[in-house]
Amino acid sequence: MDVLPRWADIVLIPLIGLILAAVLSALMIIASGQDAGEAIKLMVQGALGSTNGWGYTLYYATNFMFTGLAVAVAFHARMFNIGGEGQAMLGGLGVALCCLYLPLPHWTIALVVAIIGAGLFGAIWAAIPAYLQAKRGSHIVITTIMFNFIAAALLNYLLVGALKPAGAMDPATARFPEAVHLPTFQDMFSTADNPLFRGAPANVTFFVAVAACFAVWFLIWRTRLGYEIRAYGESESAAKYAGISPTKIIMIAMIISGALAGCMAINNVMGEAERLVLNSVEGAGFIGIAVALMGRNHPFGIFVAALLFGFLYQGGAELGLWTSIPRELVTVIQALVILFTGALDNMIRMPLEKLFLALRKKGATA
Amino acid sequence: MIEFLNLFSLPVLESSLRLGTPLLLACLAGLFSERAGIFDIGLEGKMLVAAFFSAAIAYSTESVWLGLLAGIGASMVLAVIHGLASITFRGNQLISGVAINFLAAGLTVLIAQTWFKQGGRTPSLPEEARFNALEFPGLDTIAAMPVVGPVLANLILGHDLLVYVAFAAVPLTWWILFSTRFGLRLRAVGENPAAVDTAGINVVFLRYMAVLICGVLCGIAGTYLATALQAGFVKDMTAGRGYIALAALIFAKWRPWYALGACLLFGYLQAIALRPDLLEAAFGFKVQVQLLDALPYVLTVVILAGFVGKAIPPRAGGEPYVKER
Repeated sequence: MDVLPRWADIVLIPLIGLILAAVLSALMIIASGQDAGEAIKLMVQGALGSTNGWGYTLYYATNFMFTGLAVAVAFHARMFNIGGEGQAMLGGLGVALCCLYLPLPHWTIALVVAIIGAGLFGAIWAAIPAYLQAKRGSHIVITTIMFNFIAAALLNYLLVGALKPAGAMDPATARFPEAVHLPTFQDMFSTADNPLFRGAPANVTFFVAVAACFAVWFLIWRTRLGYEIRAYGESESAAKYAGISPTKIIMIAMIISGALAGCMAINNVMGEAERLVLNSVEGAGFIGIAVALMGRNHPFGIFVAALLFGFLYQGGAELGLWTSIPRELVTVIQALVILFTGALDNMIRMPLEKLFLALRKKGATA
Repeated sequence: MIEFLNLFSLPVLESSLRLGTPLLLACLAGLFSERAGIFDIGLEGKMLVAAFFSAAIAYSTESVWLGLLAGIGASMVLAVIHGLASITFRGNQLISGVAINFLAAGLTVLIAQTWFKQGGRTPSLPEEARFNALEFPGLDTIAAMPVVGPVLANLILGHDLLVYVAFAAVPLTWWILFSTRFGLRLRAVGENPAAVDTAGINVVFLRYMAVLICGVLCGIAGTYLATALQAGFVKDMTAGRGYIALAALIFAKWRPWYALGACLLFGYLQAIALRPDLLEAAFGFKVQVQLLDALPYVLTVVILAGFVGKAIPPRAGGEPYVKER
């Protein structure tokens, strides 16, 4: 029996977790001798106070939507895909290969091709651990962790070797051709006398990410496959009894998950850097875990949580720029969110359940 | 031929020992935890906080022993959080581990910046605030002996205390796990907690003990990194060692003596990655260091996939124990 009403489960519990994380972070700022109120003001101003700030916030949010969705799809099949980082790295490789070696005449075509390339490479990187889980029983969490490191080594190897243009010093590919330049928000929304989003990296990929949110929602709750994924996630034995093949679900869920993580590369590699650099993912694959937990594995929740983390990321960067608070504060907040909404979920849930039970009893006797 | 033998020269082997030490300590830490049924991917984070607090306290007090205590203490705080999340509140142990790694990565830089204001690092430690090579009486006469002299003096003797602690921990772990009542119960709790509970033994207590021992060992590992291997803390100085230790644990199939072998092997790979010139001389072509970096992970995946002997984890690993009501 569900003790908690639905709204408490999907809104109240993450909210309490978030508040706990925020309070602890504020205490930490105060303990370091800084003004917490001032810090929050600076974060809000820096992330939401200008179209430029918004441009960065939405850029980060785009990354986190992809990686958050990736984690969530795997979670629905009760798998913990911790390899979003590696899959996004490989996605970057796919994007770079498409943009550098295919003659792409226009950005619209380039976008479609890049989505295919990024998705394919990310999917392959997720498919190997999935296969090992399904067929050989090796734990997907451990293999995906290992694959993160293997991906990092592989990219490192390629970027100092084969992909580096001759004579270049830094480990990165050549710049992508002008034709594959994705329109940024500045290109799209600025007018001659009213420049908006100036210099901000947010680009058309944001809309791709929003479309991906819808697509995942449709897949999980409106298709037969989504039903099978959820059924498998709820109970493997029941799903088997209903004729659902575990191998098929593990493979498909992880391939979709990997493809989503890979697609993040359209935003950061193609949209922002316009070349593949070392460590381009910058931990976004791991933030996806926090985003998915916070968003309760629902695309809408993930959209909101990604915006929140985009705000934290941009606000944290501003803090690092203008105060002596390092941007690692964001890492701490992220850790606390994962802790409270993920691992310590029951710590919040148990007292709440008691409270709601007590309230219900009171309501019944009155 | 001589170029090939250079790959196993004394300096390389000695540096393998030194690089293998933190892996070994962390690996044994993971062994205790996972044998009791608590997955721990937070080894990295625990080592990192230990590295920072040991360096910070050793620098402030100029006592490496207080540094060691602080390192162990900090690591145990995170261990208790992991215990709370995975034992008391029956949360997801993997998610808790991820959170702990991020908490450590962020907190260490945050505190280091406020404390020392040097961009998230501690000042480098003076000689007296570090674990230095032990001075054995008559080391000079031993070193002067032909053939065995240099081996004894460089490879076996002449390390700091924590290296010997790490190597002594292997037989100790083996003895505790396989020859004591506590060890038997600890392993049983990782295989079938319900049976242990039926026998009237406290599952929660045993699992907390395992998690705390894991905290102590990770604390020593982190302290070794910051006060012996290097002189002071720098941001993210564990550099994935916690995950390599995890890989070694699987490679060793959750057994102490195998863990020693796996950690020495992975330590050797790290040592050889520092000397690409030797590799080039031995094989006649340039061996990419990045590929060597990936080798521990690739080996682990191969082992996990069961292509070379199957690695079977403790049966109740990762599952919170719920007493029947």
